Amino acid sequence: MNLTLFVWRQKGPDEQGRLERHEAKNISPEMSFLEMLDAVNENLVKNGKEPIAFDHDCREGICGSCSQVINGVPHGPKEKTTVCQLHMRHFKDGDAIYIEPLRAKAFPVIKDLIVDRGALDRIIQSGGYISVHTGGVPDANAVLIPKEAAEAAMDAAECIGCGACVAACPNGSAMLFTAAKVTHLAMLPQGRIESARRVCMMTESMLNEGFGNCSNHYECQAACPKGIKVQFIAKLNREFLKAVFKN
Amino acid sequence: MILDGKCPSGPLAEKWDRRRHELKLISPANRRGYKIIIAGMGLAGASAAAALGELGYNVEAFCLQDSPRRGHSIAAQGGINAAKNYPNDGDSILRLFYDTIKGGDFRAREANVYRLAMLSNNIIDQCVAQGVPFARDYAGYLENRSFGGAQVSRTFYARGQTGQQLLLGAYGALSLQIKARTVTLHPRKEMLDLVVIDGKAKGITVRDMVTGEIKCFEADAVCICTGGYSNIFYLSTNAMSSNVTAAYRAFKKGAFFANPCFMQIHPTCIPASGDRQSKLTLMSESLRNDGRIWAPKNKGDRRAPHEIPEHERDYFLERMYPAYGNLAPRDIASRTVKEICDNGFGAGGGRGVYLDFADAIKRSGRDKIRERYGNLFEMYEKITGENAYNQPMRIYPAPHYTMGGLWVDYNLQSSIPGLFVLGEANFSDHGANRLGASALMQGLADGYFIIPYTISDYLAETAPGKVNAEHSEFKKSRDDAESYIKKLLSVKGRKTASEFHRELGRILWDNVGMVRSEEGLKKALQLIPPLRAEFRQNVKITGSGSELNQELERAGRIADFLEFGELMARDALHRRESCGAHFRIEHQTQDGGARRNDENFCYTAAWEFKGVDREPELHKEPLKFENVELAARSYK
Ligand SMILES: Cc1cc2nc3c(=O)[nH]c(=O)nc-3n(C[C@H](O)[C@H](O)[C@H](O)COP(=O)(O)OP(=O)(O)OC[C@H]3O[C@@H](n4cnc5c(N)ncnc54)[C@H](O)[C@@H]3O)c2cc1C
Ligand code: SF4
Ligand code: FES
Repeated sequence: MNLTLFVWRQKGPDEQGRLERHEAKNISPEMSFLEMLDAVNENLVKNGKEPIAFDHDCREGICGSCSQVINGVPHGPKEKTTVCQLHMRHFKDGDAIYIEPLRAKAFPVIKDLIVDRGALDRIIQSGGYISVHTGGVPDANAVLIPKEAAEAAMDAAECIGCGACVAACPNGSAMLFTAAKVTHLAMLPQGRIESARRVCMMTESMLNEGFGNCSNHYECQAACPKGIKVQFIAKLNREFLKAVFKN
Repeated sequence: MILDGKCPSGPLAEKWDRRRHELKLISPANRRGYKIIIAGMGLAGASAAAALGELGYNVEAFCLQDSPRRGHSIAAQGGINAAKNYPNDGDSILRLFYDTIKGGDFRAREANVYRLAMLSNNIIDQCVAQGVPFARDYAGYLENRSFGGAQVSRTFYARGQTGQQLLLGAYGALSLQIKARTVTLHPRKEMLDLVVIDGKAKGITVRDMVTGEIKCFEADAVCICTGGYSNIFYLSTNAMSSNVTAAYRAFKKGAFFANPCFMQIHPTCIPASGDRQSKLTLMSESLRNDGRIWAPKNKGDRRAPHEIPEHERDYFLERMYPAYGNLAPRDIASRTVKEICDNGFGAGGGRGVYLDFADAIKRSGRDKIRERYGNLFEMYEKITGENAYNQPMRIYPAPHYTMGGLWVDYNLQSSIPGLFVLGEANFSDHGANRLGASALMQGLADGYFIIPYTISDYLAETAPGKVNAEHSEFKKSRDDAESYIKKLLSVKGRKTASEFHRELGRILWDNVGMVRSEEGLKKALQLIPPLRAEFRQNVKITGSGSELNQELERAGRIADFLEFGELMARDALHRRESCGAHFRIEHQTQDGGARRNDENFCYTAAWEFKGVDREPELHKEPLKFENVELAARSYK
């Protein structure tokens, strides 16, 4: 099939960006969206033009690198699917497709479709872990964990840190991401002692990084490729209130 | 040269303890003075950086990605082994050791493998303490499943996302150290060179992938943890940025490269659909626990799978390897699938066989299967558009994991003092065929539990901070990297780097792939140098070096693949035997099994660089087996 692409091109963080028109020709429906872009890029290079820069790595929907907004939707039209796992069979011959970077105050554009999501790492670095040192830990079966709790922890832990939730949110909030991590750890007995500190530090870091607040638009859940649920935000709020009362 | 792996003497079970006793320590107050560089933030690198940071060393950590949470290990699906024997099915450290040695077709060091089996138990404890949500049963205990090549259930897993969860655990530990400022993280930096001063590793040269700046970092020791090189085949299960650059450039600086031809093909990948595909997606091998593999009995049968009656189906693994059946080791399963397809019995007459869950769904119910493999079925459907609950999956082998890597001794030190190599980037522990669920185990054993001990021994003999960033070697390395990039950019040819990558991949898959012959390998050795020469004259890279330039990044990696591919072929050619994943058609048993030649090839082959376009020199490390008998590897 043949498609017309309108792609965001921006040389650097301080440069003006604009949409640029490209033709994608002879695209097979079996191709993934990124393979389609590969083909467009190879043509550009052959013609001495600069290819479109975009982040990607695993191409299996697990590393969270890929991050484009397709026709206004982070990761594109298919539910619970990362861009790298989106296939061209979901588009029609002759379609016009708009491709833009994730837009959020906390994610400055580096080049074209690549943005800096370091703020998400800094939320984790503020305390999103269990402070355990290597060695000297109990036998793995010494602490029993109910299957339901382990499953719920895993549901939350599946977040790939892609940042789509932030871009989808009208407030640019990182609540879903942070809630996923907080819930993952809050479901488990390990690290419970520091849970109040953890949630406070992560919340504070979220604000410092310029993420907005949650006002229940639920756009994050709709955009999340991993099906992370807004219920986790409620859990985050409960954990936060608990922590505040404790202090 | 006869290489010494420096294994401790004494009984197997005491070797590691003995070594730990011999290794020199550094007092906590003095550790801060030592700087350690870690390149690559997969499981091996992230766990090492966290563990060394905790001890108080001054760690500089580098990765290609924007975040260590995206390290390639994130993609591992199936699970991680440990000899916990929780299911009470006869497992033990000794059995895990034995299975791994045998799985590696007796081409790994006994002492290393035993240590790996021993440490496997600590890994599970450590990861659980970090909050890794491994699968649990209703009583709250950890659950296990079995994996290819084992008759016990020793694999721990977190749904189909084990690698992700283990990496997030290590990333958490790393984040703690970043906050504590023992670790400085340098994301989006690519290691381009190793700096060696007076014969010792003293730093690295990196390119800032955003600004293009070339910069040197000095240290008292360097750890390379940059993963494997299966991506050399173009189509592989590896992430797009997986490469051999860091290891290969260290090789050029004098580090020996061991067993480069030992690479593993994974049997259960989604078959390629077109010629512009960029990678192959693996379907976890755990699917083989419940899925039955079959192909039509009639050649060229193009009927849909449900139209082929039971008696016209060939469950070939169950037929040929009754003891292991669908769980036969990867090399055996892969080769058999390829043979079935080569002979025209593939699914729909093409390249693929069926992995069928109909029986399992009948036996356990759809829900149980969904619970076990749901995300894999979803992934399969996303890629192929087919629903595997209703029709069998199609699978085909793909390059997956490289057992070869930089040569290291028992302390994980390479042939360059002060250069340590961890995880898939080194050659140790897996011999000729890494079994499933053992790579994650090795990465974490190296990072959490081995390097913290062994590196102190080296550092104790080293005065900290003695290297000067102004040293001429740093300047030379930086200048070399800069002029190399300029040269690449100035070619202005007609072919893209990806075109070269595809061509190289084709040559390697055809001649240095699953089945190798003297003729094919010689052909590869004839085809690669001209392709490399053409690359130097005809590659086309747009843009400049002083900005984010993904074409340039790609071209640099492919340039190294073009040299390294030749080393792989050379190594495969010299090894006139079949072992594990290295299958030479001239050396097989009557029933098509791999025939080892212990008399002449019971050694690790370590190559020394002698110049591009010049033959490298072969060094051997003889392998001694004192605790297991060198037996034929039979899975019948
Ligand atoms: C799809 C898939 C599924 C798998 N499933 C399993 C499984 O179920 N069980 C199992 O045991 N094993 C599995 N494996 C194998 C296992 O994941 C890997 O062998 C292991 O994760 C390697 O870890 P590592 O830390 O050595 O390297 P990696 O995780 O590959 O990390 C290396 C890192 O270094 C970075 N890097 C590379 N070059 C440079 C450079 N020049 N400068 C800076 N950074 C660099 C890379 O970006 C990468 O992130 C699987 C592998 C794949 C591909
Ligand atoms: S919550 Fe979902 S959308 Fe947000 S970062 Fe995690 S995976 Fe991405
Ligand atoms: S490239 Fe890894 S999630 Fe898309």
